[in-house]
Amino acid sequence: MIEAITGIKDSEQEYFINMGPQHPSTHGVLRLVVNLEGEIVKSLVPHCGYIHRGIEKMCEKDTYQQVIHLTDRLDYLSAHINNEAVCLLVENALEVEVSDRIKYIRTIMAELNRIASHQLWWAAFGMDMGALTTFFYGLRDREYILNIFEQTTGGRLLQSYNRPGGLMNDIHPDFVKKIKEFIVHFRKKLPEYDELLTGNVIFHNRTRNIGTLTRENAINYGVTGPSGRASNFACDVRKKYPYSAYDKVDFKEILFTEGDSLARYQVRVAEMWESMKILEQLVDGIPEGPFMMKMKPVIKLPVGEYYQRVEAARGEFGVYVISTGEKNPYRVKFRSPGLANLSTLNHLSPNVKIADLVAIMGSLDLVIPDIDR
Amino acid sequence: MNIISQVTDSAPKYIIYDFGILTSRIHEWLSSMMNTTWTSVVEMVLIGVVFLSFYALVGLILVYAERKVCAFIQCRLGPMRVGPWGIFQTIADFIKLLMKELLITRNADKFLFNVAPFIVIIASFLAIGTIPFAKGIQALDFNVGVLYLMSVSSLGVLGILLAGWASNNKYSLIGAMRSGAQIVSYELSVGLALMVVVIFAGSMQFSEIVQSQATGWWIWKGHIPVIIAFVIFMIASTAETNRGPFDLAEAESELTAGFHTEYSGIKFAFFFLAEYMNMFIIASIAATVFFGGWMPLHFGNFAAFNHAMDYIPPFVWFFSKTMFVIFLMMWFKWTFPRLRIDQLLTLEWKYLLPINLVNVVLAAFIVLMGWYLI
Repeated sequence: MIEAITGIKDSEQEYFINMGPQHPSTHGVLRLVVNLEGEIVKSLVPHCGYIHRGIEKMCEKDTYQQVIHLTDRLDYLSAHINNEAVCLLVENALEVEVSDRIKYIRTIMAELNRIASHQLWWAAFGMDMGALTTFFYGLRDREYILNIFEQTTGGRLLQSYNRPGGLMNDIHPDFVKKIKEFIVHFRKKLPEYDELLTGNVIFHNRTRNIGTLTRENAINYGVTGPSGRASNFACDVRKKYPYSAYDKVDFKEILFTEGDSLARYQVRVAEMWESMKILEQLVDGIPEGPFMMKMKPVIKLPVGEYYQRVEAARGEFGVYVISTGEKNPYRVKFRSPGLANLSTLNHLSPNVKIADLVAIMGSLDLVIPDIDR
Repeated sequence: MNIISQVTDSAPKYIIYDFGILTSRIHEWLSSMMNTTWTSVVEMVLIGVVFLSFYALVGLILVYAERKVCAFIQCRLGPMRVGPWGIFQTIADFIKLLMKELLITRNADKFLFNVAPFIVIIASFLAIGTIPFAKGIQALDFNVGVLYLMSVSSLGVLGILLAGWASNNKYSLIGAMRSGAQIVSYELSVGLALMVVVIFAGSMQFSEIVQSQATGWWIWKGHIPVIIAFVIFMIASTAETNRGPFDLAEAESELTAGFHTEYSGIKFAFFFLAEYMNMFIIASIAATVFFGGWMPLHFGNFAAFNHAMDYIPPFVWFFSKTMFVIFLMMWFKWTFPRLRIDQLLTLEWKYLLPINLVNVVLAAFIVLMGWYLI
């Protein structure tokens, strides 16, 4: 706050307001100290740490199986994808080759998770823009995915379905049927999203040329995921470093060149279509095989450093582990997409209106537990 | 009292239900009991009581209606628990609001803070007086009714500005400043849009404007200029009542709740009620000016149909037209995103106002040439 206050020039009628930690559009406990001149944002200082739980430190005294449950609590909207990163890291370190069935199910689950996350983002972004109906449309369709999760994994938001070396249990007999039903349903409903928000002229005026991030800056700030791809930065880990079953499916990496809030919006809506394409390719051909590979009851990683990256719903999620050969990691570091995306806020926000700040924040899709960890 | 039997054959069809007879009977009855001064005092008190209860009733109904309409737009049911289909939900809510603690922020300007909700509610209360609900049911019917309505309805912004200023909260202040800029700008468009119909009707008196629509509503008779005026009136009046997509003053995703962030309990309820009453007033003005007020629907030479329509009481016509306009306002509130402050002012000053000025000239020209249905 000190930086914000000292920067204020009283002669220019500047003042500052606290946005958050309790504010409807910070989507959690993010606090922004915003320096304003009338309605115009002059500068901004994000304050993180209101939901810091020390997850990385907690990982150090847990076994690798236990770490999974902590990664759920990072970016809770792509919990399954976070789990997968830890599992892939352990499997690669131990050089365990998992069966195709595990790879397929993991990929299907990850894509379902991505759609669910984008649906919730779409719902909340519309609400940030003042279109309150979007919230219910988004959550209505998300419910289908959560039911599929619940049926197979028992969890709706935090699944903890992955295990090092496989999955917690086999899929529910209705799994394939339900996913097909969902695809049929959502292909009908997704055009409704466009009718309600994408095609709206007020929405276009609110988001076009707002918070434009150039490709250079996207790379410099390490912005990944849909936000990075909106700035024409091809950063999709699924394409660059395919893991699980992503090398077996055909999908497009959505790239936009504008880099503004509208482009970030369009990338995410287009990604929902692409994710459904991936689901369609995989869901019929889930091969037979074990859902859990033979693993030692106590997992000890060989001495060394390991890094595994996956494409979470918000960007590149990385796990860095130093192992000393013990049953628990010596040091864990998570590369969360949210923190990198938040770091651009300072660069994007000067000389925009308060309403634009909300639009930029919404389009960056911040999840605060992911930032604070 | 049998009202219908009072009508003579020579009277025009549309005054089958003339409530003027009822009100003049009451006036005569009161006059026979007391002198002129006391008669007017008693009448004022009576009208005040009737309007106060009407105000509360309409507020309750509109809050319920909005919650139901919004629920159906959003694929849900809305209030369902209190009473059948939740019809007593708003009453329960108001009891809750009455019992809540009235909080005042530290260092707030206590006097202005307390007075602000009353200014807002009085402004909307004053405006009801001019609305003709049916023939003979109108508290204030004088020759500059439109002008009076415009001036009274613009008082509300004073309350909002005071609320924002006195709250000692920066969010509230930003909301109040936005609201001030917004209402001052859109007041022009509302006035000019009404002016178009005033030119057609040749009067500023609401009863005269309704009377002039006996042969057809202005939205049909006045064709192009009145349709343009109606669209502009809907946009501008929505902005004037601070409703979505123009709810910048209370933009909850930006300013938490804008000017009424710091209000609680019944003082918050006053703002809430005033918003809904303003919506009702705007809708009833739109119904009166563009859709013929309490005039029944008539089609050219379909005498039987027209006669059947005449038997539907005028207040049914009035309220159904008003509810239609209110539904329109709710419809776009719940589907559109919010504008930004500069876009809002651009829309008014660069688009609506010039269109409106041209439209007024066009209307005057059409009236001069007599290119409209009489």
